[in-house]
Amino acid sequence: MNCQHVGTLKVLSKLNQDKSDAVIALAGNPNTGKSTVFNGLTGLKQHTGNWPGKTVVLAKGNYRYRNKIITLVDLPGTYSLLANSADEQVARDFICFGNPEATIVVVDATCLERNLNLVLQVIEITPRAILCVNLIDEAKRKGIVIDFPKLEALLGIPVVPTAARDKVGLAALKESLHQVVFEHKQLQPLSIRYQERIEVAVATIQREIEPFLRGKINSRWVALRLLDGDTTLITEILNYISGTGPDSWEQGSNELKAVKCYE
Amino acid sequence: MSNEENCFQGIVAQAQTAGAEVGPVRDQLVLDLYRQTQEIARQVVKRQGKKEDFDHKIDDFVTSKYFGYPLMLTLLSLILWLTVSGANYPSQLLSNLLFGFGSHLTALCQWLKAPDWLHGILVLGLYRCMAWVISVMLPPMAIFFPLFTFLEELGYLPRVAFNLDRGFKRAGAHGKQVLTMCMGFGCNAAGVTACRIIESPRERLIATLTNNFVPCNGRFPTLIAMAAIFLSALVGTANNLLTTGLVVGVVVFGILVTLLISRLLSQTLLKGVPSTFTLELPPYRWPKMGTLLIRSVLDRTLFVLVRAVVVAAPAGMIIWILANVYIGEVSIIGHLGGFLQGFGYLLGLDGYIILAFLLGLPANEIVIPILIMSYLSEGVMVEPSSIEDLHRLLVANGWTWLTALNMMLFSLLHFPCATTLLTIRKETQSLKWTVLAALIPTGVAILVCFLVAQLARACGLV
Repeated sequence: MNCQHVGTLKVLSKLNQDKSDAVIALAGNPNTGKSTVFNGLTGLKQHTGNWPGKTVVLAKGNYRYRNKIITLVDLPGTYSLLANSADEQVARDFICFGNPEATIVVVDATCLERNLNLVLQVIEITPRAILCVNLIDEAKRKGIVIDFPKLEALLGIPVVPTAARDKVGLAALKESLHQVVFEHKQLQPLSIRYQERIEVAVATIQREIEPFLRGKINSRWVALRLLDGDTTLITEILNYISGTGPDSWEQGSNELKAVKCYE
Repeated sequence: MSNEENCFQGIVAQAQTAGAEVGPVRDQLVLDLYRQTQEIARQVVKRQGKKEDFDHKIDDFVTSKYFGYPLMLTLLSLILWLTVSGANYPSQLLSNLLFGFGSHLTALCQWLKAPDWLHGILVLGLYRCMAWVISVMLPPMAIFFPLFTFLEELGYLPRVAFNLDRGFKRAGAHGKQVLTMCMGFGCNAAGVTACRIIESPRERLIATLTNNFVPCNGRFPTLIAMAAIFLSALVGTANNLLTTGLVVGVVVFGILVTLLISRLLSQTLLKGVPSTFTLELPPYRWPKMGTLLIRSVLDRTLFVLVRAVVVAAPAGMIIWILANVYIGEVSIIGHLGGFLQGFGYLLGLDGYIILAFLLGLPANEIVIPILIMSYLSEGVMVEPSSIEDLHRLLVANGWTWLTALNMMLFSLLHFPCATTLLTIRKETQSLKWTVLAALIPTGVAILVCFLVAQLARACGLV
């Protein structure tokens, strides 16, 4: 069991060794055909590797579209980003601290409601998200009809229907991504509203935390996580903001290390 | 630490106080999130035609308020009944075969003019213990494991977890603990390893520490045999239906103890609130029978059996030596049994039973063979090849229905076997929790057996 505490920064420095124009995260629930989308976009040009210190596998691949090289990082399949598990924590850390130029969330068209939970959590962290509604062929067979324009209007991010097994919609997905990343298409994603007492508490914390984050991370999201008592996040935030490597944090993160060893 | 960091930690502390004031923040966040996704899905998704989801219909029944629990109990009873009634005949057959071969081995030893002690160690100790373990364990496992794997492959187990989630949540534990318990039916060591699926360390520990309250396959034969003996001692007869009912009752009691201890742990040693999790109910799939049989027989049945035999063989030798080396007038095992007699009596058991459980630490399967061997060494020369023979032997050694009942309870609740303890040590990386994993169940077992014994005696029932 590897007990080394390694933050996100080390992974990122590895990623940046590649010459690419944009790094895109690929998130989604398990069993949504996320890997099919990934393979469909990148073909055979991919590498897999372990997230350091954890038994989480990340796959990475490239593709070229309109003379831009895009690096796609396939995150572990998760149901949420609440950091309940190592998988969820890695996915969350990458979306939050990995500075991907955009995040594609792949969902299963046959159970959209369940999958939307993750989508809302992603757009709570980053506004640069694209929704890929996969398995539309299966949904059609089951008699499920989805109003895509309406979904796009409600969520405030681009929505692309795909059937990745048959390569349907992948071209549209590339184009949509291109617009978000390189043509700076403005997105205004839906923000989840919580109960009044939570909103009040969040507003207070958000005001205080704002100066520390220096605009690097979404302050509302950080405030929510702090209110939630998410301790796994605190060290990562401090690393990220101060820009120091994780090594200088070894002593302060003893408790965190113990937890990780256990995993 | 820089000034800025201190400030940041200050805000963190402040946020935590605010969070405590607001109440269960995580639950509320998740609730609000679900409310909004539901609203979006309602506006966007339409279902056309009459192609209703068949799985959903089944799930509405399987996980419904009124049918969920009875269905689970029925399935559990059905599996156990098939195991109990189906295992009797092949068990008898195997036993006759193996013990018959044993007498040939004895003849061979005589022909070779082997010394008595060698014959004793090899044939009466090693071989008989192995023969017992195989004939008693193999048939029930060969029935139980395929049936259980069938339910698993079908996709029923996540529904069980769904049904019981509420109970476990109330006990401060994780709904997925049910899945680890299901694995525990096969083998507690496997159940402990399965606790990895629980992400929160606190709830994983609770599941690890209480997994032992689910009787594993090594203990099922003991429970079944004791249930039959209990019933014939109390009501005179023991048919398969009554025996199954009693075993189901013991299993349900084990689940209740699991809930109770989980609750106690989550209020004392492992304080905290249960975390929210998503449990996917996978689509039902009709299992491929060929794969199912191969997987359950090779991966599970033979695996557990080989492990039991490997442990039983040397244990049989050691027990035979203990039973046949005399210090003064009494064998070593007699001395040990006598030493534990007082404690055993307090629990409604006797010294030999306690000794058998202690010596059976390597594997629960060998508890009964050890017990038989120690009784036999006292001069009652019966070779128990059937439940009736076993019953006669036990009654001759002073057993009552209380002894059988408490033997079941002690077997259900006592410390995990050595393999399970080693697995716990490996999984928790902590000696402290491993020791507690042995102490907590043992404490519960002693307490329950003591209370039952004292109550029965006070009421003059024995």
